[in-house]
Amino acid sequence: MRDAFVKKLNEKAADDPSIMLLVGDLGFGVVADFGQTYPRQFLNCGVAEQSMVGIAAGMAASGRRPFVYSIANFPTLRPLEQIRNDVCYHGLGVTIVSVGAGLAYGSLGYTHHAVEDISILRSLPGMRVYSPADAFECRAAVDAILADPSPAYLRLGKNKEPLMHETPPDLSDGAPIVVRAGDDVTVVVAGPVIVQALEVADQLSEVGISVRVVSCPVIKPLNAEALRAAAEGTVGIVTLEEHTVMGGFGSAVLEAFALRGWRTPILPLGLDDAATHIIGGQEWLRERAGLATPQVRARVAAFAGSAR
Amino acid sequence: MDSAELARRARITALTACSRSGASHIGAALSVIDILAVIYGRVADVAPDRVDDPGRDIVLVSKGHSASGVYAVMAHAGYFPVEWMDDYYLDGSHLGGHVTAHGIPGVELSTGALGHALPFGVGRALVDKLDGSDRRVFVVLSDGECAEGSNWEAALMAAHHSLGGITVVIDRNKLQILGRTEDVLGLEPFADKWRAFGWEVVDVDGHDHDALESEMRTRSSRPRAIIAHTTKGKGVDFMEDKVEWHTLVPNADHLAVAIAQLETNTTEVPA
Repeated sequence: MRDAFVKKLNEKAADDPSIMLLVGDLGFGVVADFGQTYPRQFLNCGVAEQSMVGIAAGMAASGRRPFVYSIANFPTLRPLEQIRNDVCYHGLGVTIVSVGAGLAYGSLGYTHHAVEDISILRSLPGMRVYSPADAFECRAAVDAILADPSPAYLRLGKNKEPLMHETPPDLSDGAPIVVRAGDDVTVVVAGPVIVQALEVADQLSEVGISVRVVSCPVIKPLNAEALRAAAEGTVGIVTLEEHTVMGGFGSAVLEAFALRGWRTPILPLGLDDAATHIIGGQEWLRERAGLATPQVRARVAAFAGSAR
Repeated sequence: MDSAELARRARITALTACSRSGASHIGAALSVIDILAVIYGRVADVAPDRVDDPGRDIVLVSKGHSASGVYAVMAHAGYFPVEWMDDYYLDGSHLGGHVTAHGIPGVELSTGALGHALPFGVGRALVDKLDGSDRRVFVVLSDGECAEGSNWEAALMAAHHSLGGITVVIDRNKLQILGRTEDVLGLEPFADKWRAFGWEVVDVDGHDHDALESEMRTRSSRPRAIIAHTTKGKGVDFMEDKVEWHTLVPNADHLAVAIAQLETNTTEVPA
């Protein structure tokens, strides 16, 4: 997905000289092509994320469209006040791009796990939040981001995510996309962890539970009406994210439905309120966190039964 | 009006506004007013009728808590009506206790959290360099805020890219909220730190308008730091170099004495 992002930005930069790619000395083997092709639109700001985001805000005030690229929490939590004050307070068109959503950098440890970013970034005023599931959604997200001059956050996986689509979907109205038909229960996912939901759907179909799987890469502004429509006819919604449940994507769905008085049963699945102290790859950590396929399958099956 | 008169009127306006509204930070405002009067009144290529001119110089005040002083200088320089200062800091006012860009002509950046304006200014200067523009970016820092690491991140960047368009003016009044800067978190040797980061550095009397103007007009191929030695609370004898006037609010008696002192220092007959 990170390659898809840089490739897409490459294409956009050819037509739009205002696009800038700022990196915090990260992206070995990923960003070099962009820097060579567009040396005037590329800037390595060094290991200095606060300065990098302030610089991006200054560039945006001078008419540029900066994309600030780093991994995990480095472009989000480290310069959070710069994002809040310099970017969002002034409504500047800076896009924060973080690679390594959730537990993607598994064995590098908790410092490199992006598991609170959705909660924090989506609470900032005017900040749009995109969490694509695959390379096609990533490309569509870049188009949607550039179509509007406001701040944005793009939460990327890492690489080699299975494709959910055959072409880039249209994300302009934020409507979620049904990627697997089903009649009994709807699982809505923001991000590459959608592969778990598809496995769950496969396995539950064998025991007679029909699971609809919906990808929702636009977390903010959330298109609640379209999301409700996407779950129409099923017993309720299970949200799935590789992120803490508190304040995350599931929280966003719960807020949106509660504020509208909709009584759709919703079960938010995600990570617990705990720092990870164990070492392992993404799959292994998902299992330990209760987000592996068998565990999600059990929760979805129970929810489908209880909500029925 | 000349910059000395601009500063004198701004001091009276800022004192009056803080006293009326119960706002803090008058010491910091009085400290920086001469620097701002020289930037807005003499040096920067800015004007009230050119606030959207893409070629204007950019003035960023990082020490947003000196808002009463910033706004007073800008109001007397014609950026917005001086009457806006009548309800400074009060409910529904245009003007709050920290410098805000939203809806206030001529303010380039909202500040208040420290350590934000220099990185932002570096971003603007980088674009200027890419575009071949020779306009200038002035960033006014407090000395206490130089404890913020973001300033030094940006200082590295400005030197690395030889951003001669950047001029930092540091209001070196040597006081912060709880004490002397050298007792709280020492900055000295302060000039050497900026020099070591690749900046050209000069020391100047921060209340001498001619000296300030001369140093601000000097340009270099490198970023330039002007350490303006100032007195916190400048212009009101009982506030000068007193730590408490960062926080205290002048009451009616304080205000009367302060204005009397500033009235006797009139440098020209008001128009």
